Amino acid sequence: MTIADTSIDTAAEPAAKPSGRPKSPWRRAKPVVLALIVPLLLLAFWQVATTERWTLLIPTPYAVAEYMIDFAVGGIYDDAYSATLLTHLLASMSRVYGGFALAALFALPIGIMVGRMPTARMLLDPFLQVMRPIPVTAWLPLSMILFGLGAKSAFALVCLGAFYPILLNTVFGVRSVDPKLFEAASMLGCRGNAQFYKVVLPAATPAIFTGLRLGLGLAWFVIVVGEMTGVPQGLGAVIMDGRTLSRTELVICGMIVIGVAGYLSDRIVVLIGNRLLRWSPNHHG
Amino acid sequence: MAETAGPIVEIKRVSKIFQLQDQTIHALSDASLSIRKGEFVCLIGASGCGKSTLLRIMAGFEQPSSGEALMWGKPIAEPDPSRGMVFQDYALFPWLSVRENIAFGPAGRGLASSQVKETVDKFIELVGLGKFANAYPHQLSGGMKQRVAIARVLANDAELVLMDEPFGALDAMTRERLQDELLEIWQRTHLTVVFVTHSVEEAIFLANRVVVMTPGPGRIESDNALDLPRPRDVASPEFNAIRRVLGAKLHSHHGKKAA
Repeated sequence: MTIADTSIDTAAEPAAKPSGRPKSPWRRAKPVVLALIVPLLLLAFWQVATTERWTLLIPTPYAVAEYMIDFAVGGIYDDAYSATLLTHLLASMSRVYGGFALAALFALPIGIMVGRMPTARMLLDPFLQVMRPIPVTAWLPLSMILFGLGAKSAFALVCLGAFYPILLNTVFGVRSVDPKLFEAASMLGCRGNAQFYKVVLPAATPAIFTGLRLGLGLAWFVIVVGEMTGVPQGLGAVIMDGRTLSRTELVICGMIVIGVAGYLSDRIVVLIGNRLLRWSPNHHG
Repeated sequence: MAETAGPIVEIKRVSKIFQLQDQTIHALSDASLSIRKGEFVCLIGASGCGKSTLLRIMAGFEQPSSGEALMWGKPIAEPDPSRGMVFQDYALFPWLSVRENIAFGPAGRGLASSQVKETVDKFIELVGLGKFANAYPHQLSGGMKQRVAIARVLANDAELVLMDEPFGALDAMTRERLQDELLEIWQRTHLTVVFVTHSVEEAIFLANRVVVMTPGPGRIESDNALDLPRPRDVASPEFNAIRRVLGAKLHSHHGKKAA
């Protein structure tokens, strides 16, 4: 037997969101069209600037597109970089995801401790706040001394780049749990350390997730610096080579691949987040 | 536990002093109150009268600065599942569905999952949220959230339900429906309810006893037994007579301190 009649209640205060009419073709296409306007304008400007010879150092979009195809599958120039895109992309991805995973491995437990334990906060927070503004670029020389030339150094720099956003958001997440939820848990019989797993961690997941997303973005962001450490392969290495060889089309190709790879990687993270954080009203990226 | 022996809750000369920076706040001064099993007691008063503090002491969230708070004769030292709390702002776990929120207590006590499911099903039905069992709190209206909060303490076998202005944030229609539902649940389950409100009408509609509190320092002004027959009619002359009397008691200290 039910005491409440939910149908009346929901009629009085609508809670379920209306799903809306089926979208018209224009409404569906609109976000894509709008998103393309700025890149297309930029491309047009690039085209005009290069054909009008405002600069001689930047190749035309067509030349870059042609080079991109050669970079990806070869068959046009057949130089040292032909058909090597996948190799470089995989090398960079291994550093981005490896460095990111290592950063998460450190930042999550440290963030939880700094956020929840006053002693840990007093011990580590000032130190971390001083270290945080130092850019990854500044660490490059020290990193090469500590970890040597090559992949280990690249790994360390990417890790450092991803570390702080994960750390700061984890600290924020575990600190900003609604105090009422602790009271609710304790009057329901969940006290002491059990509250950490049943209240703190789930309540902090949206912030932690935001930190992981920013961290992964930054891992892509610092990959070029990371690969200035004398690694033979990787998109950053390609860009640095392109600069020394004055091959601007190679530099631009590397930039585009990083942009697209970083974007796709972020979209995947957002999809995972939307699924994992279904419960959170403000987490639909 | 012997249910015949004495009151379920006893508040003996309880005072509560908060130290806020260099300010000393006398939230509650020398309050005594005893509640018998099965009673529906409303604590009523203007803000600052200590009604929420008294409720939080009964819940075990606060300790008295002096005096004693007892449940079945034992000091209330910490929050306990036998004393369920319903908060004004719901305090549901936003990451858990309606079903999981209600299961939080029973599952935490280590009951078998079949037993948890049975309990949860029973209380989801009781508060009429069958269709919303798998919804998350942010998808629910205020009234529905408060039903979940009530179901969650009932499912955890609370014998004393403490409610801190639970319907204060709801619109008038939803509030009336929930008042009716709460009375029906109370009458069927023999719960003991302590209900904080600042609405005289709500207090008279619900309670066996209305405890009027006044601020500055927070203290109990009077303890009024109500024997109006149920269901009560808020428009009846008897109801209004009581409303006038309690209203006067509530405002008796207005000259002393600005509201």
